[in-house]
Amino acid sequence: MRRVNPVYPFRRPPELAAGRGSAPVVLVGAGVVGLTLALDLALHGIATIVLDDDDTVSVGSRAICWSKRTLEIYDRLGLGQRLLDKGVTWKVGKVFFGDRLAYEFDLLPEPGHRMPAFVNLQQYYVEEWLVEACEASGRVDLRWKNRVEDLVPREDGVELRVVTPEGDYRLDAAWLLACDGARSRVREALGLPFLGKVFRDRFLIADVVIEGFEMPAERRFWFDPPFHPGQSVLLHKQPDSMWRIDFQLGAEADPEAEKDPQRVGARIRTMLGPEVPFELEWVSVYTFRCRRLERFRHGRILFVGDSAHQVSPFGARGGNGGVQDADNLAWKLAAVLDGRAPERLLDSYEAERIPAADENILHSTRATDFITPRTEAARAYRDAVLLLAKDHAFARRMVNAGRLSTPHSYRRSPLSTPDEADWALGPEPGAPAIDAPLPDGRFLLQHLGGEPVLLVFGAEAPAIEGVRRVVVPAEGLAAERWDAKRGTTYLLRPDQHVAARFRAPDPARIRAALDRLWGRAAPGGIA
Amino acid sequence: MSDAEARSRTVDPDALFVRLVRAHRDLSPEESRRLDAALVLLLVEALGDPQRLDVAIAAARTALGKPVEPPEEARE
Repeated sequence: MRRVNPVYPFRRPPELAAGRGSAPVVLVGAGVVGLTLALDLALHGIATIVLDDDDTVSVGSRAICWSKRTLEIYDRLGLGQRLLDKGVTWKVGKVFFGDRLAYEFDLLPEPGHRMPAFVNLQQYYVEEWLVEACEASGRVDLRWKNRVEDLVPREDGVELRVVTPEGDYRLDAAWLLACDGARSRVREALGLPFLGKVFRDRFLIADVVIEGFEMPAERRFWFDPPFHPGQSVLLHKQPDSMWRIDFQLGAEADPEAEKDPQRVGARIRTMLGPEVPFELEWVSVYTFRCRRLERFRHGRILFVGDSAHQVSPFGARGGNGGVQDADNLAWKLAAVLDGRAPERLLDSYEAERIPAADENILHSTRATDFITPRTEAARAYRDAVLLLAKDHAFARRMVNAGRLSTPHSYRRSPLSTPDEADWALGPEPGAPAIDAPLPDGRFLLQHLGGEPVLLVFGAEAPAIEGVRRVVVPAEGLAAERWDAKRGTTYLLRPDQHVAARFRAPDPARIRAALDRLWGRAAPGGIA
Repeated sequence: MSDAEARSRTVDPDALFVRLVRAHRDLSPEESRRLDAALVLLLVEALGDPQRLDVAIAAARTALGKPVEPPEEARE
């Protein structure tokens, strides 16, 4: 093993002296989702206490495929360039059946976006950088080796019992953000059940260092390959000459025996050929679930990421889904805490993120059913699709080796103002902003930031309190992608999703849309 | 006589049966399943109407003495 994880110091919490304390926002779980949320809140001016039972970042690469939308979120948080510089950019995927190429796809065929379709990067790097950024913000109190033992929800907050190496303390949180993963202690303490499906097939996941191994930066997926007959294999390239290999093992595999480095080494040698030297960095055997909580908000407790929903790894929807939860929640909680928005704005968190989770669960369940057929009939149809794919376009569209994460549009959001004019193209209300290069040499998304923006094409924008104006030309790629003419105006949310759009910038309608965006519109409107 | 009956009388039913069986002549049981699956996929694509697939599935399940709707998958 070459990699050594950082160890973060335990600092004695001040509450230990008196045995108790309080905080407006407490976040449980300093994983990638929790740290993203803490950083986003910090950038919105909100201080948090972050409790984590461990003292390091993720062991093994874990979530490695950062989608375009997630990269755009990290760009807003100031980490985008770092991910681009260190990560492996890719957009082509290849699917093999046996020893034959069955299907090939390009996830971002058009140029003119700051961010690529995907960047592969080990989760521990992202977590390390998030820890640095959280520390630098001065608003995140990161408490390693602080484990939530128990909690009692109250009307106006949550009472937490926290255990540390130097003793216990009670912490009263006005708001509790549960980012503590699939085995969430917060969820368990509340006794909340998950709804969904558990899959029986076991998978072996390995980080393998192969020096000098040349392969294009692309995702490769094999159904029934000669080197692992009857099962599937997924290969991803990571930085540091590291490769991620997933072997499907079937339902009967013995997880302990399969973790034996000798056995894993033999599998990898069969795949790569006996002449390729490699080093095993990390190995794990896992099963997975496609399921979610019924509600993501329980009074003053909000569930974010894997604690709220879980998917299979096919499609890169776990980590990306969690980061997008954080992106959705941070500005809303910040606005409620500083009094700009009523508390009911937080109900839109689950109104928007439950459909997003369901979309991820649906795609991930379907991909898993295709990859791990559970009946003879399912296998026959799966194999027939793969055999037909070479010559038939309709069958290529059915090949499902993971529908890769695409941005979710908050189509039925209570915060969106429905279109009045006709729009042929462009991001609909609820959809995330679409990137395009601008004449100043920068990209459109780089002009947006984390506050509401009025994006006006080729015209003077009206001055409206509480919204920053960005004027861009009414000709060119941006105007084309946004279906814009002179005077076309988009109102964007702090998370860079569209709240409303107009053919002409009418101040009264923009103000009404802004009220709706902040959850200030009278309830009973379009929900 | 319905349109469907009229149509079905213009084809030779015995020849149709033989052609379907003949397509499997040199196949193992596993290959046969694949061939049938490929045939179904190609025919569904040629139909171009997913509703007609639903009607056919319902008719086929009824012929097998099974309820039209299969039971829900077991959940956690």
